[in-house]
Amino acid sequence: MFWKRKDLLGLDELTPEEIEFILATAESFKEVSTRQIKKVPALRGKTVVNLFYEPSTRTRVSFEVAAKRLSADVINIASETSSVRKGETLIDTGKNIEALNADIIVMRHNYSGAAAMLARHLSISVVNAGDGWHEHPTQALLDIFTLKEKLGRIKGLKVAIVGDIAHSRVARSNIWGLTKLGADVVVCAPPMLIPPDIERMGVRVTYELDDALKDADAVNVLRMQFERDGQDAFPKQLEYFQNYGITSERLQKAREGIVVMHPGPLNRGIEISSEVADGKNSVILQQVTNGIAVRMAVLFLVAQGRERLGEDSCKARPGD
Amino acid sequence: MREKAKIIDREGLGRIIVRIGHEILERNRGTEGLCLVGIRNRGVFLASRLAQLISRIENTEVPVGALDITLYRDDLTLVANKPLVRKTEIDFDITDKIVVLVDDVLYTGRTVRAALDALVDFGRPKAIQLAVLIDRGHRELPIRADYVGKNIPTSRSETVEVRLEECDGYDEVVIVEKQ
Repeated sequence: MFWKRKDLLGLDELTPEEIEFILATAESFKEVSTRQIKKVPALRGKTVVNLFYEPSTRTRVSFEVAAKRLSADVINIASETSSVRKGETLIDTGKNIEALNADIIVMRHNYSGAAAMLARHLSISVVNAGDGWHEHPTQALLDIFTLKEKLGRIKGLKVAIVGDIAHSRVARSNIWGLTKLGADVVVCAPPMLIPPDIERMGVRVTYELDDALKDADAVNVLRMQFERDGQDAFPKQLEYFQNYGITSERLQKAREGIVVMHPGPLNRGIEISSEVADGKNSVILQQVTNGIAVRMAVLFLVAQGRERLGEDSCKARPGD
Repeated sequence: MREKAKIIDREGLGRIIVRIGHEILERNRGTEGLCLVGIRNRGVFLASRLAQLISRIENTEVPVGALDITLYRDDLTLVANKPLVRKTEIDFDITDKIVVLVDDVLYTGRTVRAALDALVDFGRPKAIQLAVLIDRGHRELPIRADYVGKNIPTSRSETVEVRLEECDGYDEVVIVEKQ
């Protein structure tokens, strides 16, 4: 197959083949980061703009490293220091970036659907680096990539996602991606952090951690966003750790080789114990390394997709 | 696509590999510091065949690597029409080595240009030599091969297709007319 999309907005809209294609491309890119000269000229002369409306260090840095290893030029815009402060709309900001002849916008935004809206209004590529509670496709792709690398397959795996499912774009993207590739997903959290009707996404719900971990090949531990404490009904930290924290004692009841993932940043002693985070089941730092390869693949593919679309539209309008 | 002529058959291809293998050894006076790197896709299979032959003759292993040059192409639109980017696998140090770059068809020279760029990112070889099965002319860059299986004059409306047992099930080289 060929990659035909100019944007990556979410895993919901991708076919299983497209997801596999990104993963396979990422496998080839992983080797680049192991070289002495960690750089290929694939996106030389292209400009990538990181447009972040929410604070983020790891995702932004990961995209920046990925773009630089492809030889693209990178510009970082954080909303706190930009004209967003002066009331510019998202689309105006996007059009201005497009007018600079940038090629790819990587955007993090606090509103669900923001990336899709921007993509509709621009001819340059848009990569969603997290939009509200909606999706965070590259995080899910790197989780799935790491899982596949570790266990050799996705189809038939049992994956538990534990934590604040209701407010998590990471959970949503993971559910789309994993179920499309044939994994069985169970989500686990206190009832107030499970959105209603989540079963419609093809997952099983449980409120018992031991039940979620039983038979699981992997567990993806979400970060508890205690900055949201005070809003809604939110569990207390110690209470959460006792009931849902991933600890060695919990893992003793699970499969021996269970893979433990976490998108970071870690809240040690809240959703995961230090012993587990640093232990032999943890692939947390491999996830960070793989994030570079996955984001290189995504940037490369959307740039390619835009070229292809350009070509196709030329063919479609021969008289132009 | 219409097949015009079969230029090389299985036996012919075998003989060419044997000759190029000997030429490489003769020119480099043995296998000291020698390694082979094939350009994906078919160059890799040719490189391993050459390496096998050379190790048989000289009774010593020669390292073989695989290079995907997609990320080094000078035109993303061309790349866009290629399928998957594949892995580059050079798990030995090429610094101060004599690297024989192997490809199936030498045409414009742009693939080799990209491969040279890629190789120097892996280290500083003592020398890079080029071995190709077919040289079909029409160079657009100042590049020539050190070892050539067969020179085939072609027109630009034709393509040369190399088929190898490892990926196509049988060995042969044919000229086809693009339509």
